[in-house]
Amino acid sequence: MNAALALGDDALVLAQRLGEWAGNAPVLEEDVALTNIALDLLGQARTLLSLTGDEDELAFRREAHEFRNVQLVEQPNGDFADTIARQLYFSVYQELLYGALAEGGSELAPLAGKAVKEVAYHRDHAEQWTLRLGDGTEESHRRMQRALGTLWRFTGELFEPLEGLAVELPALHAPWRERIAGVLGRATLEIPEGADRTAWSAGAGRQGVHTEPFGRMLAEMQYLHRAHPGASW
Amino acid sequence: MTTTVTTAQADGHATADPHALAAAFDAAVADEVRIEPRDWMPDAYRDTLVRQMAQHAHSEIIGMQPEANWITRAPSLRRKAILMAKVQDEAGHGLYLYSATETLGVSRDDLLDKLHAGRQRYSSIFNYPTLTWADVGAIGWLVDGAAITNQVPLCRCSYGPYARAMVRICKEESFHQRQGYELLLALSRGTPEQHAMAQDAVNRWWWPSLMMFGPPDDESAHSAQSMAWRIKRHSNDELRRRFVDICVPQAEILGLTLPDPDLRWNEERGGYDHGPIDWAEFREVLRGNGPCNRERLERRRAAHESGAWVRQAAVAYAAKQREAGRAAGHGADQEAGA
Repeated sequence: MNAALALGDDALVLAQRLGEWAGNAPVLEEDVALTNIALDLLGQARTLLSLTGDEDELAFRREAHEFRNVQLVEQPNGDFADTIARQLYFSVYQELLYGALAEGGSELAPLAGKAVKEVAYHRDHAEQWTLRLGDGTEESHRRMQRALGTLWRFTGELFEPLEGLAVELPALHAPWRERIAGVLGRATLEIPEGADRTAWSAGAGRQGVHTEPFGRMLAEMQYLHRAHPGASW
Repeated sequence: MTTTVTTAQADGHATADPHALAAAFDAAVADEVRIEPRDWMPDAYRDTLVRQMAQHAHSEIIGMQPEANWITRAPSLRRKAILMAKVQDEAGHGLYLYSATETLGVSRDDLLDKLHAGRQRYSSIFNYPTLTWADVGAIGWLVDGAAITNQVPLCRCSYGPYARAMVRICKEESFHQRQGYELLLALSRGTPEQHAMAQDAVNRWWWPSLMMFGPPDDESAHSAQSMAWRIKRHSNDELRRRFVDICVPQAEILGLTLPDPDLRWNEERGGYDHGPIDWAEFREVLRGNGPCNRERLERRRAAHESGAWVRQAAVAYAAKQREAGRAAGHGADQEAGA
C-alpha cells in the first residue's frame, strides 16, 4: 500500500472534520486555532496526495472504501471534549511519526521535517486543553473522561504496520502510551481501560473499511466536485 | 458602559475645566492628531465608537457563518484552503476589533451578550444566504469590495486603536476581494453551468452590496457628527458611487452582468449612475426580517451557549493554578495566565 496516500488521507479527513468547527467554537480564539490546525493538516494532505497523483482526483473522486485513513480521524466532532480527545490521540501519534520520518532518508523526510513543527503546536494545543478540561470543573472532567473512553477503541489502529513506510509504527505505540498517560495524569484523568481496538477497527481504515459517519462526511465533501465532471474551479 | 475608563479619566482630569477639555479635543481632531485610549474624549464620541466598532467586530464573527457554510463542500483542495484561511482571518479580525473596542472601557463578554440579546447590530449583508459555491466568490468580490471601500478611510479614523486595527484588516480584506474575484473569473470562464452559477450569485449579491454603504445621505442618522469627529470621512452616497465605478469595468472583464438596467455612464459627473435601491428591503432586513437574521443569531447563541462549560473549565483551571502557585509561593501565576 502507498504510505503517502494513507498519511495524506489521515490529514485530509481530519482537516475536513476540523473545518466543521469554523464559527462554532466555544470561544473566538478557538475558531482561529481549530481552523489553523485544519489548514496545516490540509497543507500536509495536499503535499502527500500529490506524491501519489492528482490531489483533487484523489480527494473528490474516490469511493469511501478507497480511502486509507485511520478510523479515528473520521469520527464526528462531537462536543469540544470529543474533538480535543481526538486531537490529543492523533497529534501525539503524528508528532512521533513525523519526528521519526524526518530523521530517516525516505521521500517523506522533507515533508515530515516541516510538518513536525506544525504538529508540535497541535499537540501543545490539545495538551493545554486536556489539562483545562480534565482539571477544570466537574462537568468538563466528566465530559473529557467520557470522550477519551469513547475514542480509545480507535487508537490501536494507529500503530498497525504500514507497508512502504520507513518507520516501524508498532514501535511508536509504547512511547505514545507513555506520553498520553503523562498528560492525562497531569490533567487528573485516567487512561481508559478496555480494548484499544475492535474486530472492525484493527487496521481496518488502512484497508478501506470505514465507519458509518465517514460516508456522510464524504458525500458532503465530494458532491459539488462530482456534480460537475471535468470542470475546473 | 464605560465605567473604568471614565472614572480613571475623571480622576486624572479632576481639576480640568470641561470646556477646555472639549476644546482641546476638538482642536486635536481638527489637527488630525490621533485620540488614544487615555485621552479625554466626549462621552458621545466614546459611545459612537463603541457602537460602530462593536458592530464591526460582530459583523466579522457573524460573517464567518455564510462562508463557513461552504468550507466542507469546497470543490477543490486549493479552494478549500483559501476559504478556510479567509474564515480564519475573519475570526482574527473579530479578535482585534473586540480588543480595540475594549480600549474604550467595555469588555468582549459584554459586547457578545449585547449581540446575543439583539441589542447591538452586525452588518445586514450577512443576513443573506450563501446558496451556491459562487456565492463565496460574490461575497469576496462584492461584499469584501464594498467593505474595503468603506474601511480604507477608517485607517485614518481619529481614534488610534481603531485606525491601526483597520490598516491590518484592510490589507487582508484586499486579499479576500481578489480571491473572490478570481473564483468568479474561473466560474465565468468555466462550463455553462458554472457561468450560470456565477451570474446568479452576482444577481443576488449586487443590490445588498450597494445597501452596505447605508441609507442615502439625507436619511443617514449618524453621518454628520461622525464626519465632524473624523470617524467618518466620506458620505454614504459618495462611497457607494466610488464602489459602483470600480465594479462596472471589473464585471466586464468577468463577463458577468450587473443586474441593473439603469446602470449607465454619466459623462457630466465622470461616473456611473445606478438605478433606484430598494430601501424597503434594506429596512426590513434591518428590522430582523431578512432571509437569515434568525438563523445567524441563533447559531451564534448556540455556539456560545454550548461552549459555556469549556470557558468555565478554563477559568476554573486558571484559578486552581493560581491557588497552587500561591501555595507553592512562587511563579505559577505566569503559567496559569498562559
